[in-house]
Amino acid sequence: MTDRPEPIGPADPSRRRLLGAAVAGGAGLVAVPLAPIAFPEADAHASDPARQWAMVIDLRRCDGCKKCTDACQETHELPKSFEWIKVFEVTDDQGRRYFMPRPCFQCENAPCLRVCPVAATFRDEEGVVLVDQDKCIGCRMCMAACPYGARYFNYTDPPKPTHPFQHATPEFPVPQQKGTVGKCMFCVHRTEDGQLPACVEACGMKALWIGDLVEDVATNGDETVRLSRLIKDNDAFRYKEELGTQPRVWYIAGHGQDLDY
Amino acid sequence: MDARTRAEYVERAVWPIGRGDRNFWIAVVVLSALVAAGVFAWIYQLSNGLWVTGLNQKVSWGFYIINCVFFIGISYGGAITSAILRLTNAKWRAPLTRIAEATAVAALLVGAVFPIVDLGRPDRFLNVFLYAQVGSPIVWDVVAISTYAVASLVFLYLPLIPDMAVARDTLAPPPETVRPLLPEVAILRTPRSPVRARVLRGIYDALALGWKGTPAQERALARGIGIMAVLIIPLAVSVHSVLAWLFAVTVRAEWHSTIFAPLFVLGAMFSGVAAVIIVVAAMRKVYGLQRFITAKHFRYLSYLLVALGLAYVYFMVSEYLTEGYVFAEDTAPVLESLFTGAYAPAFWSFSLGGLVLPIVLAALPGRFPVARACVASALVIGGMWLKRFLIVVPGMANPVMPWDWGRYQPTWVEIAITTGAAAAIPLMLIVFFRFFPVMSVHEMEEVEAASEPSHAVPAAAFAGGAE
Repeated sequence: MTDRPEPIGPADPSRRRLLGAAVAGGAGLVAVPLAPIAFPEADAHASDPARQWAMVIDLRRCDGCKKCTDACQETHELPKSFEWIKVFEVTDDQGRRYFMPRPCFQCENAPCLRVCPVAATFRDEEGVVLVDQDKCIGCRMCMAACPYGARYFNYTDPPKPTHPFQHATPEFPVPQQKGTVGKCMFCVHRTEDGQLPACVEACGMKALWIGDLVEDVATNGDETVRLSRLIKDNDAFRYKEELGTQPRVWYIAGHGQDLDY
Repeated sequence: MDARTRAEYVERAVWPIGRGDRNFWIAVVVLSALVAAGVFAWIYQLSNGLWVTGLNQKVSWGFYIINCVFFIGISYGGAITSAILRLTNAKWRAPLTRIAEATAVAALLVGAVFPIVDLGRPDRFLNVFLYAQVGSPIVWDVVAISTYAVASLVFLYLPLIPDMAVARDTLAPPPETVRPLLPEVAILRTPRSPVRARVLRGIYDALALGWKGTPAQERALARGIGIMAVLIIPLAVSVHSVLAWLFAVTVRAEWHSTIFAPLFVLGAMFSGVAAVIIVVAAMRKVYGLQRFITAKHFRYLSYLLVALGLAYVYFMVSEYLTEGYVFAEDTAPVLESLFTGAYAPAFWSFSLGGLVLPIVLAALPGRFPVARACVASALVIGGMWLKRFLIVVPGMANPVMPWDWGRYQPTWVEIAITTGAAAAIPLMLIVFFRFFPVMSVHEMEEVEAASEPSHAVPAAAFAGGAE
């Protein structure tokens, strides 16, 4: 009888315990069936991955040549209208022009990922948001949700693949599937082999940096630097930071552009 | 209600059963042709892909999403009208409820198709169940719409059960072996094609579920209808709320609004009541129900329309005032495009022609209440479609990267599918009311005696009437 706690308040302890158990049990009943089908982000950082990819884009260096876009389209065998990394020409308030390449930001709090009805969009262990085009139903809810316009719907059949027996996977989505959505995936098919993403490799101005948040390094193909220093020393910012999407892409301003987008 | 009115009511309600006349066939052929054109366009789209539409990378939602919201909204109005009339025990409801409930089902069946028409891979629609991710508004939609679909079918069917027994009796073979439930029905036993009569009779018999009108059956039916009338309201609210959240849970500033769900619910009721008015007016004319559906009914429905319209104006002002006052950087381009820019003609047509004008038309006292209610309703229906367009398309076209606006120009495919869908609703209703009583016979006791003789049709006009 020693395990029975002494009454500590006016309420009948057994009743309190019962209520507590009822609440806990009720919560459990609700939570248990939902747990496996809850937001897939829940276990984004569960494993201990080797890499967490990030990108830094140096707007001071970008000259708008669009070699990154071309290289991306070549690697992923995309038509010209599919600019997974798109170079915007921006004119600021003072009338100055600069260029802003926009890949997918691989948001940690990705709006596209939450709204997918079939979990065709998911995050891989290395923090890259991928699309399983074998699952995608083409509802385009993710395109409505993405605040950066980074997603592209395959209205038509993709160009004929160069390798006729190529089987598309989320990690190498070539050829794209008609009726489904595709987007930039940081070239995980290249990075896993130790290669740079196609856009980073193609950039003659060395304006694109691919980095790893775990090891805290970044490279543009020429130099290798500390990622955190690159971000901090250059006051790098994330686009539409206020939305809380936690993008994995930072921009270094420098043409005097207005930092407050 | 005197015996003569009763007899006329029953006659008007069940007369069309299993018959077809020239006008009926003309209407069926014309509407079927429109539906067939829509189906052809859909097949064309299925075999070619969504590039045949005007959708593009920026405006990736268009007519199909608009239509889904619009038609399901119409459905909601039918359900809510009937539920309100039943719950408030409005004595004048008997000739209206069946039409309202049938409109709800027909519009829903059309609206529920559009999410599938919109899919890039409709063949994978079942993935929504196989891999359902509960966090997705699309999954909420599928669950809410299918639940509501079942509920609205039950809501239509329950009050139909006793009428099925009546319909069965009208088709009884001339040697009267069965004593009909209603004495009036005996008069109506006119010869029809015996085979068709026998088949129909069998179907009605099955659907009547052995209805005999015993007190226990009456009690059970009343309880069932009462439960459904209460249930259908939160169900319909939930459907339109999740449709609104499809937009409101995104980070697009012009959609990310807390008022969206109630705004959508109100808009649905507003357009739905307008649709009920039009369908009621059409059925009244086609089936000669002027004696039972009078100007009074249209005035009451007009009041409902006006009340909902004023509430909608209030919600809309509340939305645009708070957003326009702040004029935040991300909503400003959309507001500008609506008020003064590219979408201004559509926006002001909707605001003035689809909102202010119909409210005035329906609210004013005076002559031609039926005609005014119909014109106002047609304006409301057109206006509310436009309003959904103004929610979806500028919201999509507004650049997320703030430098390039999207454009949207629907193609013939989208227009044909939309027209076909719009034609499918009257087609379904016309066919439905050729097989099921257009007015609830069972509830006729609650019909007040025709109080406005000026709208009554002379008894002589009823061929094969009570005399």
